[in-house]
Amino acid sequence: MRRLGGGVEDEEKWLAEGIAGIQHNAFFMHRALDANNLREVLKYSALMLSELRTSKLSPQRYYDLYMRAFDQLRQLEIFFKDESRHGLPVVDLYELVQHAGNILPRMYLLCTVGSVYIKSKQAPSKDVLKDLVEMCRGVQHPIRGLFLRSYLAQVSRDKLPEIGSDYEGDANTVMDAVEFVLQNFTEMNKLWVRIQHQGPGTVRERQEKERNELRDLVGKNLHVLGQIEGVDLDMYKETVLPRILEQVVNGKDELAQYYLMECIIQVFPDEYHLQTLETLLAACTQLMPTVDTKIVLTQLMDRLSNYAASSPDVLHEFLQVEAFAKLNNAIGKVIDTQLEMPIVGAMTLFVSLLTFALRVHPDRLDYVDQVLGACVVKLSSVPKLEDARAMKQVVALLSAPLEKYNDIVTALTLSNYPRVMDHLDDGTNKVMAMLIIQSIMKNNSCISTADKVEVLFELIKGLIKDLDGNATEELDEEDFQEEQNSVARLINMLDNEEPEEMIKIIYVVRKHIMTGGTRRLPFTIPPLVFSALRLVRQLESQSGDITGEDVQATPRRIFQILNQTIEVLSSVPRPELALRLYLQCAEAASDCDLEPVAYEFFTQAFILYEEEIADSKAQVTAIHLIVGTLQRINVFGVENRDTLTHKATGYSARLLKKPDQCRAVYACSHLFWVDDDDLDGIKDGERALLCLRRALRIANAAQQMANATRGSSGPVTLFVEILNKYIYFYEKGNPHITPSDIQSLIELINTEMQSDNNNGNTRRTHSDPFFTSTLRYIRFQKQKGGLIGDKYDLIKL
Amino acid sequence: MNYLRGAFKPACNISITFTDGKNRKQVPVKKDNGQMVMNPLFQSQETIAGKVCIEPYQGKKVEHNGVKVELLGQIEMYFDRGNFYDFTSLVRELDVPGEIYEKKTYPFEFSTVEMPYETYNGVNVRLRYVLKVTVTRGYAGSIVEYQDFVVRNYSPLPPINNSIKMEVGIEDCLHIEFEYNKSKYHLKDVILGKVYFLLVRIKIKNMDLEIRRRESTGAGANTHVETETLAKFELMDGAPVRGESIPVRLFLTPYDLTPTHKNINNKFSVKYYLNLVLVDEEDRRYFKQQEITLYRLKEETS
Repeated sequence: MRRLGGGVEDEEKWLAEGIAGIQHNAFFMHRALDANNLREVLKYSALMLSELRTSKLSPQRYYDLYMRAFDQLRQLEIFFKDESRHGLPVVDLYELVQHAGNILPRMYLLCTVGSVYIKSKQAPSKDVLKDLVEMCRGVQHPIRGLFLRSYLAQVSRDKLPEIGSDYEGDANTVMDAVEFVLQNFTEMNKLWVRIQHQGPGTVRERQEKERNELRDLVGKNLHVLGQIEGVDLDMYKETVLPRILEQVVNGKDELAQYYLMECIIQVFPDEYHLQTLETLLAACTQLMPTVDTKIVLTQLMDRLSNYAASSPDVLHEFLQVEAFAKLNNAIGKVIDTQLEMPIVGAMTLFVSLLTFALRVHPDRLDYVDQVLGACVVKLSSVPKLEDARAMKQVVALLSAPLEKYNDIVTALTLSNYPRVMDHLDDGTNKVMAMLIIQSIMKNNSCISTADKVEVLFELIKGLIKDLDGNATEELDEEDFQEEQNSVARLINMLDNEEPEEMIKIIYVVRKHIMTGGTRRLPFTIPPLVFSALRLVRQLESQSGDITGEDVQATPRRIFQILNQTIEVLSSVPRPELALRLYLQCAEAASDCDLEPVAYEFFTQAFILYEEEIADSKAQVTAIHLIVGTLQRINVFGVENRDTLTHKATGYSARLLKKPDQCRAVYACSHLFWVDDDDLDGIKDGERALLCLRRALRIANAAQQMANATRGSSGPVTLFVEILNKYIYFYEKGNPHITPSDIQSLIELINTEMQSDNNNGNTRRTHSDPFFTSTLRYIRFQKQKGGLIGDKYDLIKL
Repeated sequence: MNYLRGAFKPACNISITFTDGKNRKQVPVKKDNGQMVMNPLFQSQETIAGKVCIEPYQGKKVEHNGVKVELLGQIEMYFDRGNFYDFTSLVRELDVPGEIYEKKTYPFEFSTVEMPYETYNGVNVRLRYVLKVTVTRGYAGSIVEYQDFVVRNYSPLPPINNSIKMEVGIEDCLHIEFEYNKSKYHLKDVILGKVYFLLVRIKIKNMDLEIRRRESTGAGANTHVETETLAKFELMDGAPVRGESIPVRLFLTPYDLTPTHKNINNKFSVKYYLNLVLVDEEDRRYFKQQEITLYRLKEETS
């Protein structure tokens, strides 16, 4: 009975011997079968089955042996079925096989004949089944008993008196079938559990492994129960489930309890689970403390959730049985009683419960909040959460409502939501914050009240500011940018039609992002500024609506805030960015007819340009931006405008590189000739021309400089560009630009190009195509005729 | 040669036939040399009738001082070889002294013979019934011929047949309760029962039910007791736990059993016992023996 640590090799040997024994006796059995000699058949089949009496094999190998014998028993069954071959009525045969002296062969033979007996219908199937399951008690050896009973289960499977089967009748009811399977299950479970009590502690581990291999033999019975036709809810509730659970609980065995609970959940219909939820959950709390109840419960809830999701018709059942309350209770109990359960376990349970609540009661936000509340309580009871898996579960917990409702707004109403988030570590907190933002993005949800914004920013504060203590932590630059870009995108999602509310939102956002520190501000301020500007434009478009004393949402007020906000940026220092924003604000202010404000912004921009922007490339960009903005702004009075244009032109001419100077200066020409339909637009042709001439001079100087330094005059690009400006203004009707100006410029370019070629510079300059197409344009306009064509007639090419 | 053989050969051939020999049931009996022969079956109070046929060999005549047939009931003790005790002895004279020249047939009849004991073949003792034909001759020795027959007696159903129920055990080690449904079984009966384990602290390997036969012969100081195990039937494989109840179902048909015999003619007794044996992993045996009474129930004639 006890295996004395026999090695694998020995086992192989024993298995080989066993197989040989089976084959040997099977050979004689087959001979006897061919001769229809019952006596010999019984003798050799019993001898063959005696090989199964071995105690030396592990379950795996014993199974091997068993299968060999099993195949042979099929042949035997065919023989037993045919009365003409052995000449005995089956009832006599049933007695005859019981003469075998050894119990194991006897029981295998009895089961085999029993199945024939039932099939013959000479006795009620329930009686035969009852007899068989009862007689099998004689085999108390766990492994041999399990295999014997599994053989019984197998041969009887198609002979149960279930509804619709041949064997169901007046005397045989489905109850008998259930009774039979339950009894076989009970006995098998006892045998299975018993394995652990045998042998010394040193082999415990191997025993557990072996038991695990055997579990499906036991579980098979539950599968059969699940498949028996005619087990209705009442029967399940009154008989089947209580009997199974009794076994599970009383077995007091961790492995068995876990496996069997799993089986129960898997094999029986969802509907039954729902109706017996209380019983099932009560059993869960009675399991051994080491049983992983959470997985069991999780599976149960997952199944129920899926069931609920499968069809809306079943939802009322859930309400009827108060499924949520029961589950919630049970989980509370399990968590309270199983103190040693790791936090990750509790979290997994909460996730499942939450999923369940979301699927089954999508309308009950309070349930969700309740779960989160319980979670907070649990989290508060432990020191700082450090287990990465637990963290993952919490993230899952928090993500679930987002996915379900596709709307962060819902989550924002959950009072416990931020409290749960507080328990995450910073890294995870950020991950979670990102998830929230992504959810908002994905669903395009708009957060439209300041309160919600406040809550939201509280949630994602991990992204908004450095959390205490870990400012030194090295962050991956790319991740950081990704995060901050997300925040920036988020800010754009905050919107409300009502200016009053919107301004509040802006205040809230500002309050939060200002805490972000120098690294974050460059990301967060721009969207805030644009958000505010959008509000300004909105106010402008509905101007006059705003009345009242304490109204906050006036453009002037907003600009004040913006000014302060952008100022921060210049000290970050990101002056280029600040400059751009100032310009944006200036333009907006201009649209609002707020000249002083616009002027102030420009002043700020210029100051920045002077004081902070030192890089020549940045200067070039800045100048073009300033010029471009200034050109569009029409709010300034002559004086202010003069000051600003003057400044701009002045800066342009003082750029470092000549080509940059040239380009900036000709760009400035537009400041004096704003081409719009507005009649009182600025049309100072003379000063525009002055700018162009100046540009031409600079281009010349640049050319000469290039000649001097590099020996070649370089590209004529600048000239061509200036030519284009000439043509533009000419077309726009600037009276100071004459055809001869243009013509001479063209000639100048031609000469330059020739001289360039003469110098042996064969390099094709890129101005060539530009120039050619400019010329082509002029020709085209000439041909086209009309008002503009007439103008071009004056130019000779 | 022919002449020589003729000299030592009995002068005649004697055959004994029963009146209803063709229809009477025959049962197999093991002879001394181990061969099985079929013998006719009788029971007490039956009339035993038939014919004795004496046929002299070709050209011979048989002179005799009389012919008789005896019906003998004998008990033979093997340790006392050759010593027969006849408990029944009936004689019928068939012929007066004379000569037999040709085949001659004598009918005989023993009516309603009292045959209280059953034929029995044991280890140390044998009880047999035999017809003995003797052709008495003065000088050449008598010619004797035997014909065995078997006697079986049937009992009615016992009016009282209690079950056997018992609780046994070794303190703090093993406690069991077993039950056999009857105390008296007929030979084609089936023993039903169960063994209930109240306490199991030893590692049991298996449990068998044995049928043992105890044959005691002689009397007083000369009593010989011989015990045989006729059946060894495994009831349980493996170690049960507390609370297990193991069914017992043992068919008696396959075993060569006789009814219980009590003090047959003051010569011998045959008793039967059920022995419940538990074997532990160290092959120690724990057993409890219970006597049962076996009887022969009249079979349904089909």
